[in-house]
Parts: sequence; structure tokens; C-alpha cells
Amino acid sequence: MQPFRYERPASLERAVELLAEHGPAARILAGGTDLIIRLRDGTLRPDLVVDIKRIPDLAAQIAERDGRLSISAGTTMTDIAADPRVRRHFRALAEAAAVVGSVQIRNRATLAGNICNASPAADTAPALLIYDAEVVAVGPDGERRIPIDAFFVRSGVTTLRPGELVAAVELPLPAEPAGSVHLRRTRRRGHDLASVTLACLVTADRRLRLAYGSVGPRPVLVTEESGVLLDPAASEATRLAVLERLFAAASPSPTSMRASPEYRLAMLRVLGRRAIAAAADRLAQEGVR
Amino acid sequence: MTVPSTLGPERLAIELTVNGRRRTTAVAPWQTLLDVLRDELRLTGTKECCLVGECGACTVRLNGRIVDSCLVLAVEADGGEVTTVEGLAPVGSLSPIQRNFLRYGAVQCGFCTPGQLMAADDLLRRIPDPTIDEIAEGLAGNLCRCGCYEQIIEAVAATAEEARG
Repeated sequence: MQPFRYERPASLERAVELLAEHGPAARILAGGTDLIIRLRDGTLRPDLVVDIKRIPDLAAQIAERDGRLSISAGTTMTDIAADPRVRRHFRALAEAAAVVGSVQIRNRATLAGNICNASPAADTAPALLIYDAEVVAVGPDGERRIPIDAFFVRSGVTTLRPGELVAAVELPLPAEPAGSVHLRRTRRRGHDLASVTLACLVTADRRLRLAYGSVGPRPVLVTEESGVLLDPAASEATRLAVLERLFAAASPSPTSMRASPEYRLAMLRVLGRRAIAAAADRLAQEGVR
Repeated sequence: MTVPSTLGPERLAIELTVNGRRRTTAVAPWQTLLDVLRDELRLTGTKECCLVGECGACTVRLNGRIVDSCLVLAVEADGGEVTTVEGLAPVGSLSPIQRNFLRYGAVQCGFCTPGQLMAADDLLRRIPDPTIDEIAEGLAGNLCRCGCYEQIIEAVAATAEEARG
């Protein structure tokens, strides 16, 4: 590995200072499951690595605050998948966190790192999109909140400004009953990234939110409010037309080694329909609870 | 991964508790926990293999959770508690999971075995009575190029069964 300096700031203020002093020569280290690979293969050559895990404000913590569930930057996939509030209110996020990598990876990988890395295949991204999550970014100008749909740009690129870091990801606690699910297709569990990863949410008033990743340069959120897909009386032709509109934002890369565009688009349709049915099912169970 | 022979000016003093024993050492920021366990502390049971977090050969327990030690900087583990395969049983003896790996033929070339044992040990701590699916999920981060998966799963299931009595 190329030499670099290491800092372990004890406060958020100090971390922001270090990022301001070093600019793009500094990289943030959270779980390290992406960063250390890239330090080793030389695609990243920072002068300074800033380890944020021992900053008390960012240490692994999931807290309820002002009607939101706040997930700090140091929170790992293992923490998220096991948290009873996440499992109760944000089931698709718990399910997505539970299938990232392997046990070893989930014990290190963080939600904040997953979104900052901005892989189109990030498993947690579709779940965050359906729940309208907000990214809490802290930088030299203080704190600002970024809606998750305005955060992703393309692979490896987000709307975080230079010198900013993600302090937390927050999800509004649902006001009404809803059903949600995460599904993915992968070649090999425990190792490979998703060929298609998606999440779906339906509410009692038949609003539907579907988000999908690994089928384009960034994860995409689409919404549907006509209720057609949740209406058992709707004709197959009507449903198909609506579904096709929902899937129209997919544009998988023709050069990916993981799966052909044809395969991904076909699987998107299969998983999309399954997810809508599963989310509706969960909503119905929610009603009788 | 070898450490550059000309270390930069920066050497960081870290303290680890490894297999119950307090160790202090000086590390370069870019040395991984794997490097330090093998090259500084001479605990070579932990294996270096893929170096991208896919094979699990370098699995160790850090502060109660298993990790790929190739993806952890040694300095990140400072102050932490590490258990390697050498710490699963006292010298000269075998833990139940180790004994069952032998009994069920779960070891062929043996290179993946330390990582498999650490993942199996972790699984049985979290889920003492796992289903076959739970065993497969618990070990999904550990590859075996000899293809001993059936025997490994049998060994883990047998260990859980023995513990039930």
C-alpha cells in the first residue's frame, strides 16, 4: 500500500478542519471495506486518511429524534439489520443491510460509506429512496440536509461538496401503515454485487414507490399514485402499461461483466412485480396486526 | 502484502489484546491488522489470500465481531481485542469445532480453514442452534477452493448438536 498519514480526530469539528486543510488529498475512513481495497490497488492515493469512527457524534448509534430515525455515520450494516426499529418501520432497509457482502463485510461496512461510495449497485440505496431518507452533511459552512434522491449523481459521485462529510442518514418515521420489501438478484451470495437491487413501498392509500439500482449510472426512484398496480380488478394490459412506465428509467451498462443489459432489464421486471406483490402483502398484514 | 522497506517517518504505537495477551507494537498507518498479526506478532494461522474481502481466509474476531483483517488498518484496531485461530483453544488442544472439522473431513488443503473456523465459531456464538441455511449464510464470506462446503456444514451442525447434548 502507498504510504499515507493517519488521523483519528476526536470531534466532528476537528474532522471538518482536517478535510478543509487537506482538500482532495484527504480521504475519510469509516468501515474501510471499499477504501482499503482502493488504497491497496492504488486507484486512490491520499496523503491523509481520516478515521471518523472514534468521533463520539458519529460512533455507531441509531436514535429516534423529532419523528425521525437517525443512523450515525459509524453505524454498520450488522447494527442496522439487527435494530428492532429499523426492522419494524424500515423493513426494506433492514433486508438490504442484511444481504450486503458477508458477515465479515457487514460487521465493518457502514450505511454512510455505502452511499458516499455511490455505487450504482449499492443495496441500501433503493431502500433509502423509497423511505425518503435525508443525508445530514457537515462541512465548513455547518450542517445541511440533502434529500437522498438529490444525493446520488453517478458511480462514485454525489452532491456532497468539497470538505463535507456525512454525519448521519435520517429516515422519517412513517405516519401511516405501509408495506415494504427489498429484493435483489446476484450471481453469488456473500461476494458479488447485485445485478439488480430494488425496494418497493406501498401505503394504504395505494401510493407506490419503487426504487432500483444496478441498472443504470445511479439508483432511481419512481412513484405511482393511480393505484392500478394494487387494484385486483385492473386488467393485465392496464397494469403492464403502468409497469413499463415505472421501469423506463433503467439504462443498464452494455459493458458490465456482471450481467448483460437484456438480463438486467428482464430481471428488473421479474423482481419489480414480485416486490410490488410482497409489499402489498405486507401492507395487508400490517392492517390486521 | 509486504511492507515497504523504507518506512516513512510515521510509526504509530498501538496496543492490542491478542488471544488474551496484551501486545504493544509500532505500525505504519498503511499496515493492515493482517500484516501486523502475521509479520510483527508472528501469528501466521491467519492467512493472506484475496486481499479484497471476498475469501475470508484472513478472518479474525475484533471486539466481538468477525472481520476480514486484510480490510482493517492495524491502527484502527488500536485498543481492541483480537482473537485469531490460535486463540480458539489452548495450545495442544482443540475446540469442539476444530475437532469436528477433523472428524468430518472439512479440511483438505487447509488454507481456508483458519478463516472457516473463525466464521463457524462466530456463527455458533450468535446462533447456537443454526439451521443449514443459517450455517451457509454465516459462512458465506469464506471460500474453499477444495470444495469442502458439505463437510464444513456437517462439522458446524455436529458441533451445535453436541452442545445441545
